[in-house]
Amino acid sequence: MTPALARLRAWLGPHLNTGIIAILCVIVSIVVPICNAVVPESSALHVPDFFVTVIGKLTCYAIVAVAMDLVWGYAGILSLCHALFFALGGYAMGMYLMRSIGKQGMYASDLPDFMVFLDWKELPWYWYGFDHFWFAALMALLVPGVIAYVFGFFAFRSRIGGVYFSIVTQALTFAAMLLFFRNATGFGGNNGLTDFKRILGYPLREPSTRAVLCALAGAGLALAYALCRAVVGSRAGRVLTAMRDVEPKVRFCGYDTVRYKLFAWTLSAVLCGFAGALYVPQVGIINPSEMQPSSSVEIAIWVAVGGRGTLAGAAIGALLVNGLKSWLTAAFPAAWLYVLGTLFVVVTLAMPGGIMQLIGMGPRAWNVLSRFRTPGVKVDASVVGSPSSAPPPAVTLVDDKASSASAGGAAGS
Amino acid sequence: MSALLKVDDVTVSFDGFRALDHLTLTLEAGELRCLVGPNGAGKTTLQDVITGKTRPTSGKVHFDGRDITRLPEHVIVGLGVGRKFQRPTVFPGHTVFENLELSLHGSKAVTRNLFARLTAEERQAIDGTLDLIGLSDLRAKAAGLLSHGQKQWLEIGMLLVQQPKLLLVDEPVAGMTQAEIERTAEILASLAGKHTVVVVEHDMDFVRSIARTVTVLHEGRVLAEGPMKDVQADPQVIEVYLGA
Repeated sequence: MTPALARLRAWLGPHLNTGIIAILCVIVSIVVPICNAVVPESSALHVPDFFVTVIGKLTCYAIVAVAMDLVWGYAGILSLCHALFFALGGYAMGMYLMRSIGKQGMYASDLPDFMVFLDWKELPWYWYGFDHFWFAALMALLVPGVIAYVFGFFAFRSRIGGVYFSIVTQALTFAAMLLFFRNATGFGGNNGLTDFKRILGYPLREPSTRAVLCALAGAGLALAYALCRAVVGSRAGRVLTAMRDVEPKVRFCGYDTVRYKLFAWTLSAVLCGFAGALYVPQVGIINPSEMQPSSSVEIAIWVAVGGRGTLAGAAIGALLVNGLKSWLTAAFPAAWLYVLGTLFVVVTLAMPGGIMQLIGMGPRAWNVLSRFRTPGVKVDASVVGSPSSAPPPAVTLVDDKASSASAGGAAGS
Repeated sequence: MSALLKVDDVTVSFDGFRALDHLTLTLEAGELRCLVGPNGAGKTTLQDVITGKTRPTSGKVHFDGRDITRLPEHVIVGLGVGRKFQRPTVFPGHTVFENLELSLHGSKAVTRNLFARLTAEERQAIDGTLDLIGLSDLRAKAAGLLSHGQKQWLEIGMLLVQQPKLLLVDEPVAGMTQAEIERTAEILASLAGKHTVVVVEHDMDFVRSIARTVTVLHEGRVLAEGPMKDVQADPQVIEVYLGA
């Protein structure tokens, strides 16, 4: 490839991705709300109310997928607790929505219904402040962010990586789910928070409120994408990718890898909280089942199907897989988990770059590496030790074990 | 005193096995030192200790007048110790140019690098290095696609733009063709003086072609040290290494 062509490709890659997201966001933020609220119901272009909510919901999932791609696709950290961060953001917003019900609940009490039911006399201290929208919005970002930061700090500092990190994150979301299932925790137990009436004074049942929420979700996706694109396009983003490929070498280039991981990890968690806060007013409920380990696994599947390391691919994957889920769980409820599992296996084996690779827009790394990939075979460059006239030895994305070995683990070899 | 690196009575044991056994080594600034020794002599472990990858069981390492024994890797790099691994280790998904960009001397903080733009001097430093390692025409190529020898050079280039005071180079010519070996010898020889260079190498012809002072390690200790011809004549060295 000539340098000019390479430069064109390098320029085109992110711009095509941005184009895809821009089209998506325009549809979600402008076309769908207008076709719902302005276009008369008799018209073929009219979008029904329920569909607006579905689109808004899927867009929130797309934000989570983009956030997941930042840590998994670019930094190589497979998180299995992103649904937890999403749910925490959702709970923060749900707490505000509960408080804004006022005395219109079933028991006509100042307290949320579930607290009356549990015979609680006053609001627990951690519910203070959630009467205010701004406070809830802040907490929706802050709580997932702080939890991710603290958890990440200890995990990354202890150099827990690869599948071990994934397992620990899965344990984290499972523990949180058990905690939230308890009535005594004070978040409505297994029913969660629901029966919301209004947001900032606007009734949530009104189609116009829902259209605005859908439009906001579209704007949220644009914002999340722009932020992640700016990060991965910066030199810090190139450090993240380098870390994904050969982490020890990044340390020997003088970078404190713990800080880079923490940065991407925390930013990703904050974006998930943001998505959760947009999601809950639209679906009208948040409960601990959102924190199930399987929800987080699904997020990883969205990203894998769409294409890791592209950002736009993650969003597309989230929309497609969830669209498929909505249809299949209605049409063939028993088949869904089999389809999901098969999809994951097929994507992992046959197209590691996902849908984006299929349409020739995979990230550069995948394009480069896929040319030399022989599934299951890792050829070590130094073992081959070929003179330069021979074809270049195969390269694989170095996993943790291989890279620590390459960094010279054994004594004076 | 001009000692740049002092490895003082360092011992590293792995479950009772002493990879380094009360090893003491001093390097003067600007020196080009070759480190040789049979397999298991402790050459790689010594580099691990200097770069902070392995913590010694006992003993101290001083670099540039500072105790670096317990510092993490990236801090030691910041002080001016660069390392080239035995297997060529480059970032396969990044272009040759980006590999050098990531290795540049300068701030390594997250916030700084989120907004970093290449300055004219940095661009010049990269271009100059590309010329030196002969990869100018391949600057836009993904490093994973380079040949083995080209990767070795790229890694040396990545060390150079770091502007380290001390370079640790592990087996730079393993798997290279004769022409590539000669070119590598030129590059390394041109570095001595400006930098302090430690080369670990098995290829004795190569060592002979660049070495001024040679240190022979054996079973975690310094067996002999001195000019190549003296070391080669040492009967002990001949027995454990050269004669083998």
